Amino acid sequence: MIGFLIQRVLQALMVVIAMSIIVFLGVYAIGNPIDVMIDPASDQALREALIRRYGFDRPLFEQYFIFMNNMLHGDLGESFIYRLPVLNLILSRLPATLELALTAMLIATLLGIPLGLWAGYKPESMSAKAIMGFSVLGFSVPSFWVGLLLIMVFAVELGWLPSGGRGPTTEVFGMNLSITSLEGWSYIILPAFNLALFKLGLLIRLTRAGTVEVMSSDYVRFARAQGLSEGKVVGLHVLKNISIPIVTVFGLELGSTLAFAVVTETVFNWPGMGKLIIDSITVLDRPVMVAYLILVVFLFVMINLVVDLIYGQLDPRIRVKAAS
Amino acid sequence: MTEAVLRVKDLQTQFQTRAGVLKAVDGVSFEVRRGRILGLVGESGSGKSVTGYSILGLIEPPGKIAGGEVLLNGKDLTRLKGEAMRKVRGAQIAMVFQDPMMTLNPVLKIGTQMIAAVRAHDRVSRKAARARARDALAKVGIPSPDERLEAYPHQLSGGMRQRVAIAIALLHNPAVIIADEPTTALDVSIQGQILAEVRRLADETGTAFVWVTHDLAVVSSLADDICVMYAGRVVESGPAADVIASPRHPYTAGLLASVPAEHELGTKLPQVPGSTPSLANLPPGCAFAPRCAKAGPACTTTPPVQHFEDGRTALCHYPIEPVSCQPLSSTSTAYRSAS
Repeated sequence: MIGFLIQRVLQALMVVIAMSIIVFLGVYAIGNPIDVMIDPASDQALREALIRRYGFDRPLFEQYFIFMNNMLHGDLGESFIYRLPVLNLILSRLPATLELALTAMLIATLLGIPLGLWAGYKPESMSAKAIMGFSVLGFSVPSFWVGLLLIMVFAVELGWLPSGGRGPTTEVFGMNLSITSLEGWSYIILPAFNLALFKLGLLIRLTRAGTVEVMSSDYVRFARAQGLSEGKVVGLHVLKNISIPIVTVFGLELGSTLAFAVVTETVFNWPGMGKLIIDSITVLDRPVMVAYLILVVFLFVMINLVVDLIYGQLDPRIRVKAAS
Repeated sequence: MTEAVLRVKDLQTQFQTRAGVLKAVDGVSFEVRRGRILGLVGESGSGKSVTGYSILGLIEPPGKIAGGEVLLNGKDLTRLKGEAMRKVRGAQIAMVFQDPMMTLNPVLKIGTQMIAAVRAHDRVSRKAARARARDALAKVGIPSPDERLEAYPHQLSGGMRQRVAIAIALLHNPAVIIADEPTTALDVSIQGQILAEVRRLADETGTAFVWVTHDLAVVSSLADDICVMYAGRVVESGPAADVIASPRHPYTAGLLASVPAEHELGTKLPQVPGSTPSLANLPPGCAFAPRCAKAGPACTTTPPVQHFEDGRTALCHYPIEPVSCQPLSSTSTAYRSAS
């Protein structure tokens, strides 16, 4: 188990290093930030000074090593635009995205798995067919359009919920969260549902496919022959067997929701990381882009590591392979 | 002679398909008494497994039981629904399946699965359920049962897993266990051990077994009685030793003749010509007639059930005359001389 963990952590480290090079080179290949940062009317001396200050006169690999060295010391640079340390900038936006993404995943999981189980348990029923139809809509209708529709219906026409923004927040463990108050929930529910819709469709289909397969297996038949109640058959035998693909997709979707909730955050004017990165790209704020992308890589690697560890808990056969 | 614990009467199980109604089980009747083992023999597609599933009410749509009775200690199981049937399954009548690799859930510990099986019928604590599971494992001859409870199915051999499945079936001391080809997937040596164990369990616990198989060698060494099935019907039944020594139905005779062990070296192994007919288009009258060497003009009409001495029956217009006190090899002669 320890060996497996060390092996996975080393692999994760390699991925982070490789990605840091790709991200660094990729971002540095686009344009010259100096032109964006300073007044076009300023003179050559000022330009030169600024170039020297940010180290753009040095060779690329040297810039990379300086960047990496700083990063290891917790310094991801300073935003060209906000004149703030990038890390603080991103971390200040993280709670907003975190609570949005987690609420969305919660909605998708709590609705998607039961609906998928039902659709797989009674695949011929009308309700199952309705669920499957809904799931197709869930991941084929563009989310910005659904977002606008939600705003139209619930904010504009019915006036039940606010149309955007984040609402009041309270500080919990140093993070500003809005899910602590009822009013905060009224702000988060629409964007979270909008964000959840795609994942909901995906989880329904995944759960249904697994359930249909497991329901026809010999061990379910054997469990029924033992007189286990249908609840026990589904809760004990089916749920654990279909959980591996579900956990995989859950992990990947959690990562991508955290990193790329951009569309929903833009539509609902949600002050999260997605909006920050889009704004930074428009103004070519390099340090923010690089730091953000590296943070995303780190996030994905960590989530996958956790998912791998959960696999071992879910399927003993995977544990055996990992140990050998 | 004790009363039969399981009595199947004129059982009809049908599958609604695009090709029409398939009569997978068409008027099957048999009975098993306490502590006895009935061998239900037939080729693939003869309806023997479907008979087993029908008894437990495990037929899933588009299949359904269209008629007949399954009397377990006098109670008709085909009339029970939902929760009432669930309470019978596993408690009064249990089932063991063919492939031990597939019947245990790969991601749950043996103990978890057995405790769930105990608690499906008895409201006992986990600890008590666990103790019963351990005793059941010990009863079927599994060494160090406590450790086995902590094991996952993939850590056990095929034979061990089948013993676990039998132990699970035995948990509630059911009156009857339906065993659907449980030794087919196992090595011959392991099969022998399990058969001996089952014989012992039937004698000691009084549990009756319905042993579904295509293997006549298994039946001849294990079963007290035999039912031979063909195309959804019982074509011959009677005490195992008598049926094997002197089959009355040409199909049974053909099956016996094609057992290699009883055959003389160097000569061609006789076979039953042709193959099992599709249930979608059975020939009129006797379904075996097109493959039967003894078939005559009457065989286009449904054959009558002929009753013989010792409670033997055969579904045939022209049953084979009995051969008294002859060794097994002569039965094939009886079949061939008739042809």
